[in-house]
Amino acid sequence: MQEQTGRLVCRDVGKVYSTGTVALSKVNIDIPTKGIFALIGRNGAGKTTLVRILATELMSSSGTALINGADVIKDPKKVREFIAVVPQESRLLMWTTPRQMIVAYLLYRGFSYVNAKNRAAEVLKTVNIGKYADVQSQHLSGGTKRKALIATVLASEASMLFLDEPTTGLDPISRAELWNLLNKLKKDHFIFLTTHYLEEAERLADQIGIIENGKLLNIGTLDELRAHVKYDFSLTIFDNKARIKPRAGRIVTGLDGNRQILTTQKEANRIAKELIRKGTRFSTSPVSLEQIFYFIVKRSINEETEEKDEW
Amino acid sequence: MKGRSIGSQLFASVLINAIYPMQNFPIMLVNSLLGPFAFLIVINFVSHGALLGVAIEGAFVMTMVSSGLALQGDLAHLKNDMKFQDMIVSSPTSAFIYIFGMAASELLYFLPNFILLSILLILFVPLTSLAAFTVVTVMVIMFIFSISLSFLLSTISVDVIQSWAFTGLVSTLLSTIPPVYYPITYIPLPWQYIAYISPTTYAAQIAQAAAGFITITPLNFALDWIVLVGASIAMVLIAIKKVRWREP
Ligand SMILES: Nc1ncnc2c1ncn2[C@@H]1O[C@H](COP(=O)(O)OP(=O)(O)O)[C@@H](O)[C@H]1O
Ligand SMILES: [Mg+2]
Repeated sequence: MQEQTGRLVCRDVGKVYSTGTVALSKVNIDIPTKGIFALIGRNGAGKTTLVRILATELMSSSGTALINGADVIKDPKKVREFIAVVPQESRLLMWTTPRQMIVAYLLYRGFSYVNAKNRAAEVLKTVNIGKYADVQSQHLSGGTKRKALIATVLASEASMLFLDEPTTGLDPISRAELWNLLNKLKKDHFIFLTTHYLEEAERLADQIGIIENGKLLNIGTLDELRAHVKYDFSLTIFDNKARIKPRAGRIVTGLDGNRQILTTQKEANRIAKELIRKGTRFSTSPVSLEQIFYFIVKRSINEETEEKDEW
Repeated sequence: MKGRSIGSQLFASVLINAIYPMQNFPIMLVNSLLGPFAFLIVINFVSHGALLGVAIEGAFVMTMVSSGLALQGDLAHLKNDMKFQDMIVSSPTSAFIYIFGMAASELLYFLPNFILLSILLILFVPLTSLAAFTVVTVMVIMFIFSISLSFLLSTISVDVIQSWAFTGLVSTLLSTIPPVYYPITYIPLPWQYIAYISPTTYAAQIAQAAAGFITITPLNFALDWIVLVGASIAMVLIAIKKVRWREP
């Protein structure tokens, strides 16, 4: 077996819940444990299931997974030494303050009380919630509570953080603040985050995985993913009656119901001129992760239903 | 990190489940203090003081049972509503340290109550040292029984509503049906058999006999011990076997 240190490796990881739901099938991942890895997918795609298996909270049904060479299934104790997790929908305990939460968590990780207190004070500053350190969490805003939870795991000695949908439900400003924080943290941590906000993955992630219906459809850097789509420019047309015949590329129906043309930059230019001449409303840009995601997921759904790809 | 302190890990549970909540919600302390007294007072008035001694002993046993049962709701809340348990599962703390710490937190939470009851016991119930030792042993065994049962139920429950139902049922079985605050002979005969389903009945009978409130044959006394200890060992073994730290 090759040297596994510094990598997160999944081989054919599968999960069938006792209800019979197949949540993951044959997931294969091999990425360096550096920077930020974002797992994106719709609700129910299997993100949480994969995170919980890797974080030693849930048994897999098949396959193996290694983090830095430690076997997640067979040797969870070893893995637990260097990971820390903020589970999806986890909450700051209503009857604690951020400082108390951090101190208790550090004690669970084996810190002495004095060390835990010092470390908590430090990290509250890093995360910039010092002034809320001693406010009971029932009086804190959603954004502050989420930051306090991230501060909690960050305070530990863990080098690897699993954050399951850390920004879901936050307002745009809190979200941007959290993004800044994560960008800072990734310098000395590996962060495995899940999200269904594609903009989040686009901004933060060094590596992106796309999961749909329990299958990992694609994995790579944003540029690598973009290379999967043949056409890297897109036009969105806001008039359903307008007749357009691209010479290259494909027409898809976007999430919003509008037609989109995925094509080359050159062809996009040509069509744009034509549309301007006709007075049709449209917009154009390089394909975003959202479009790549939509394209890849849609393709997978069509393969599943054996529908002909008409694009 | 080398040499993680188990003491720290136990203390963490006590902080999370007893000290922080009492510090931040002082009303909890009042509840812990007064909870088990309600029945004691009722029994005392209804029996015109005749059953005061029995009822004090009963309140002791009940405090042990209640503090053990409180664990069920607390664990289920931390696991299901707060997703807190998952944070700890994926940390270096083991299941047993987590549970031991939580059990200790329940004892601490009921500490004011124990102190008050101890004072009453010393004032109103003349116990030989052997009898006192017997009562304490019975209480510890009841605590171990209800802690194990609580833990078992908390791993099964997936929602707080379900865990309320568990608590209700179990507390009927362990604290309403058994004759804890009065001798079992106060219960009409066919119903006595139902009371014998509950291990608390045996615990109460041993405590009452040790204090001289009731007289039972040495054989019955031995049988009570065998059932109580047997049921508790069985419950601990089931709990250990069913412990679900990492979800299957
Ligand atoms: N404990 C469970 N028991 C049965 N099915 C589950 C359980 N948890 C999740 N599932 C199912 O597994 C699939 C994947 O869920 P999940 O991993 O939570 O997806 P995501 O996090 O991407 O929204 C869904 O179909 C979900 O309903
Ligand atoms: Mg999820």
